[in-house]
Amino acid sequence: MSRVRVLVGTRKGAFILTSDGTRKRWKVSGPHFAGWEIYHMKGSPVDPDRVYASQTSAWFGQIIQRSDNGGKTWNTPGSSAEELKGPDGMPKGESNNFVYDSSPETGKPLTTHQWYDGTQHPWEFKRVWHLEPSLNDPDHVYAGVEDAALFESTDGGKSWHELAGLRGSDTGPKWQPGAGGMCLHTILLDRNNPERISIAISAAGAFRSDDGGKSWKPINRGLHSEYIPDPTAEVGHCVHRIALHPSRPNTLFMQKHWDVMRSDNSGDSWQEVSGNLPSDFGFPIDVHAHEPETIYVVPIKSDSEHYPPSGRLRVYRSRTGGNEWEALTKGLPQRNCYVNVLRDAMSVDSLDPCGIYFGTTGGQVYASTNAGDSWKPIVRDLPGVLSVEVQTLP
Amino acid sequence: MIRVVLPPHLRTLARVDGEVELEVAGPLTQRSVLDALETHYPMLRGTMRDHATQLRRPLVRFFACGEDLSHEPPDAALPDAIAQGSEPFLVIGAIAGG
Repeated sequence: MSRVRVLVGTRKGAFILTSDGTRKRWKVSGPHFAGWEIYHMKGSPVDPDRVYASQTSAWFGQIIQRSDNGGKTWNTPGSSAEELKGPDGMPKGESNNFVYDSSPETGKPLTTHQWYDGTQHPWEFKRVWHLEPSLNDPDHVYAGVEDAALFESTDGGKSWHELAGLRGSDTGPKWQPGAGGMCLHTILLDRNNPERISIAISAAGAFRSDDGGKSWKPINRGLHSEYIPDPTAEVGHCVHRIALHPSRPNTLFMQKHWDVMRSDNSGDSWQEVSGNLPSDFGFPIDVHAHEPETIYVVPIKSDSEHYPPSGRLRVYRSRTGGNEWEALTKGLPQRNCYVNVLRDAMSVDSLDPCGIYFGTTGGQVYASTNAGDSWKPIVRDLPGVLSVEVQTLP
Repeated sequence: MIRVVLPPHLRTLARVDGEVELEVAGPLTQRSVLDALETHYPMLRGTMRDHATQLRRPLVRFFACGEDLSHEPPDAALPDAIAQGSEPFLVIGAIAGG
């Protein structure tokens, strides 16, 4: 029987929830890395026991952790007990060394971006927001970081280099931080086209590479954002999340700062599909594992009131790829609920019926084993949840 | 041998209990102590000082013999009591936040 593993990153550590395929009883392991912020954890699609984690702290900076046994034990890549005693001498400890590349060889040395006061500001590494393991090599993994840039490791996280063509694109100096910082938070890979990578940055927008990350172009046509001087500018949009279904990688769904959008041409143009949502502000968006036109969002009241409208926690589902939405409330608190659901805190399993999972800033992780029709908390009273990823295991 | 006390989070990261004892080559300075620490515990690189600039992270402090040495030059000599092992070199996570 299949199993499910839910990787939960929180403000004060990581938790791993496991269940058999019935998804009725959950075992909670953690906190791992107690006291540290765990922005994201994600497993390799080709080796699910290979799990990467981004561990951060305002005091001690960025740490990358890696497990090769499904989260039972962890090492900073390159510092396992065997590697510390290896014949090549002590490892260099480079697994958390994220250095922006401004070398002439990468095209255009780029050192500054737009700052709040309109001046240019140096790029400064703060943390890894999102780790995206490659679709075919467990040692190959991408990292989306703040200040926004895309890094890559091809040695299991032991060392990293920047795909500098993204920052070096013409628009880089116009990027600026959103309220949460200038973060690259979404990395989408395409099973049909290994050269294609799509990413999103708050608050710059979405970008796509069709040559494996060497060169990039903004893909924000059709976005309309009242909070920037030119609402249809090429960059400057606060994209909160993008999702796709693996079987239809040319169709992208976006939760923007305001507006839910879709694109059917890999982001070349976007249309709004907010339809009858009670608010089109929100953070996560995800796609049903077996129905490419069934999508999920969690409406939030506004950009200044980060909690559900009317204190009612409702997931909204569209079975038509947007525009027509239904509220999913069964099992979710419908009064006095003032939590938020952050952009990386929703995920799906691939069982049938599809399971949907999301975590809240109040420390609950809710799961639905029937595609959203009803929900139950599978753990509650954790620290605020930053991210949720789900692995469906054989 | 000199003695170094790490904050709890870095002890966990380095997988050590209690104090760390180190042999430090050459003059005893903040830099030589941190170099030795990072050589023996490579997972600590980047956690106390920046990888590239080697500057102390803002919320990390260095104490010794009742003094805050955080703003001393990294190549300034450390007190004899540290070199003799009678006093530890303390790496502190600043009291900040909640």
